[in-house]
Amino acid sequence: MIKIENLSKSFKSVNNTIWALKDVSLHIKKGEIFGIIGLSGAGKSTLIRCINRLEEPTSGKIFIEGVEITALDKKSLRQSRKNMGMIFQHFNLLQQKTVYKNIAFPLELERLPKKEIDRRVDTLLEYVELSDKRDAYPSQLSGGQKQRVAIARALANNPKILLSDEGTSALDPKTTKSILELLNRIRKELNVTIIMITHQMEVIKDICDRVAIIENGKIIEMNTVEELFKNPKTSTAKSFISSLNPIDENGLIDPKKFKGTLIRLSYLGESAKQPIVSHMVKKFDIDVNILSGNINQLMSTSAGYLILELTGNTQEINQAIEFLKSKDVSVEVI
Amino acid sequence: MAELIIPSLLETIYMVSLSTLFSLIIGFPLGVLLVITEKGNIWERPLLNQLLNGIINILRSFPFIILMILVFPISKLIVGQTIGTTATIVPLSIAAAPFVARIMESSLKEVDKGIIEFSLSMGASIPEIIFKVLIPEALPSLILGITMTIINLIGYSAMAGAIGGGGLGNLAIRYGLYRFETDIMIASVFVIILLVQGIQFIGNRLSSIINKK
Ligand SMILES: Nc1ncnc2c1ncn2[C@@H]1O[C@H](COP(=O)(O)OP(=O)(O)OP(=O)(O)O)[C@@H](O)[C@H]1O
Ligand SMILES: [Mg+2]
Repeated sequence: MIKIENLSKSFKSVNNTIWALKDVSLHIKKGEIFGIIGLSGAGKSTLIRCINRLEEPTSGKIFIEGVEITALDKKSLRQSRKNMGMIFQHFNLLQQKTVYKNIAFPLELERLPKKEIDRRVDTLLEYVELSDKRDAYPSQLSGGQKQRVAIARALANNPKILLSDEGTSALDPKTTKSILELLNRIRKELNVTIIMITHQMEVIKDICDRVAIIENGKIIEMNTVEELFKNPKTSTAKSFISSLNPIDENGLIDPKKFKGTLIRLSYLGESAKQPIVSHMVKKFDIDVNILSGNINQLMSTSAGYLILELTGNTQEINQAIEFLKSKDVSVEVI
Repeated sequence: MAELIIPSLLETIYMVSLSTLFSLIIGFPLGVLLVITEKGNIWERPLLNQLLNGIINILRSFPFIILMILVFPISKLIVGQTIGTTATIVPLSIAAAPFVARIMESSLKEVDKGIIEFSLSMGASIPEIIFKVLIPEALPSLILGITMTIINLIGYSAMAGAIGGGGLGNLAIRYGLYRFETDIMIASVFVIILLVQGIQFIGNRLSSIINKK
C-alpha cells in the first residue's frame, strides 16, 4: 500500500543542517493501523508530512499503491492528496464555518452538486455521531467533537489512507479512547489504512497492528505490537512500554538483594492463559516467589511479564527454566 | 448652516468611499501577495516579497501632503485636473493603498498556519486556498482593517481640503481659518467626529457579528 524507500529529509539554515529523517524505509500494508512513535523532535511529523509531500523529501522515494508520489508534478500531487485524509493535533477546523461547511469543504473543492454534498455530509455526520451539531461552529464544540468533525472532513472524499499527526494528543484519556474506537471502526468498516503518529504508548497499545519507533530521524525498531511488547529490543522501546506502568520493575528489583535466581517471563496471548507457573512448581522441586508482574491489553491479544525468584537446587532451577522455554514464553535470567 | 454642511458632507462621503474602493483594489491584492510570497507560505517568492516590502515601505514613509503634490500630474492625467473633489481621489487612493496592503497583510497572517496545512492536505490549489480559506477565515479582521482605512481616509481627505480638495475639511478651513466663522468650523469638525464614530461603531459591530471564532 505505502512503500517508503530510503527517505531522508534535511532542513538547512544559515549555519547548519538538521537531518530530520535519515534513510527511513517502511512498508505499510493495506488496511493496517501503523503506529509511529518517538519522543519530541524525533522526526515523526516530518515523516508523515513527507507522505503527502507537505514536506518535500530531500532524497528517497515514496510509493502509494504503486504510484511514485515523490515523482508527481504539482497537479497530480494535488489529485493524489485527495486520496489521503489527514487529521492534526489541533484539529485545524475552519473557524468561520459551521460543522456542515467544514465537512463540505473538500466536496466543494471537487465541485460536486449541492444535493450530493448534502447527502454525503449527512452520512458522515451520522457516522461520527454528530448529526445534532450540523449547524454549530467549531468554537462551540469540545475537543473530542472537533476531532470527530476533522475525521469526518478527512473522510469526505473516501480516501484510502488516513494520516494522523498526534490526532489524540490534545485530548483527555477518555476522549482519546473514543476517538481511537472511531478510528478502529473506520479501518474495519471502510478498510482505510491508517498511519498514527504519536508519542503516547497507549495509542500504540490500543489500536495499532504494527509500530515503528523513531529516534533522531532513524527507525530504530519496527515490529508487530504484540512482538514489541513481548520482546522489546531497544532501551527506547522498553521505556515506552514501562511508561504505561509507572512502576519500573528493573529499577525496583535489585538481583543482588535476593538469594535465589531471578527470572523475567514475557508472555503473549494464549500462553498467558495457561497455568505454566503452577505446572512448573508441581514438576520441579523448587520454590517460587512472585516479585512483580503486569499485563497489558493489546488490541487483539494481551502481553505481560512476571518476575519470579526461584530457589532450590541449581540443577532443578535450570531444568525449570528449560521447561518454561519450551512453553512459548520468553525467559530472561536477570 | 445646513446648506453649507450637507453638500460638504456629501463631497466627503464621495471622496472617501471612492478612494476606499480604489485603495482596496490596489492594496488588497498586494496584501495577499505579501502573505503568500513570504518564506514558508503557499507561494514562496523571496525576491518578489522583498521588492513589495521595499516599495510599500517607501510609499508609506512619504508625508501625505508631499505625496499629494507629487501625484498632481497623475491626477491631471486621470481626471483632467489637479484640484477639486474628484481630483483628490487619486492621491487619496495612492496614499492609502500601501496602508491597506499592510493592514490586509496583518489580518491574513492571523489565520492559523494549521488551517492552511489542512487545505493543502486536502489537495486545494493556491487560488482555492486564497479565496475559500484565507479570506473567509480572516474576514472579521479584514473588516476591522477596512474600517480603519475608511477612518484614515476621512482624516486624509480633510487634509486634502487644505490644498484644493472639497469636503468637510475644506469647509472648516475656508470658514474657520480664512473667515473666522468658528461656528461653521466647529460644526464641520463635529460632523467629522460623528462620521468617524459612526463608522467605527458599524465596523466593530459588523466584525463581531460575522466572527464565529
Ligand atoms: N521547517 C523546519 N525547519 C527547520 N527544522 C525543522 C523544521 N521542521 C522540523 N524541523 C526539525 O526536524 C526535527 C524533527 O522535527 P519533527 O517536527 O518531525 O519532530 P516530531 O517527532 O514531530 O516532534 P514533536 O513530537 O515535538 O511533534 C526537529 O529537530 C525539528 O527541529
Ligand atoms: Mg510532531
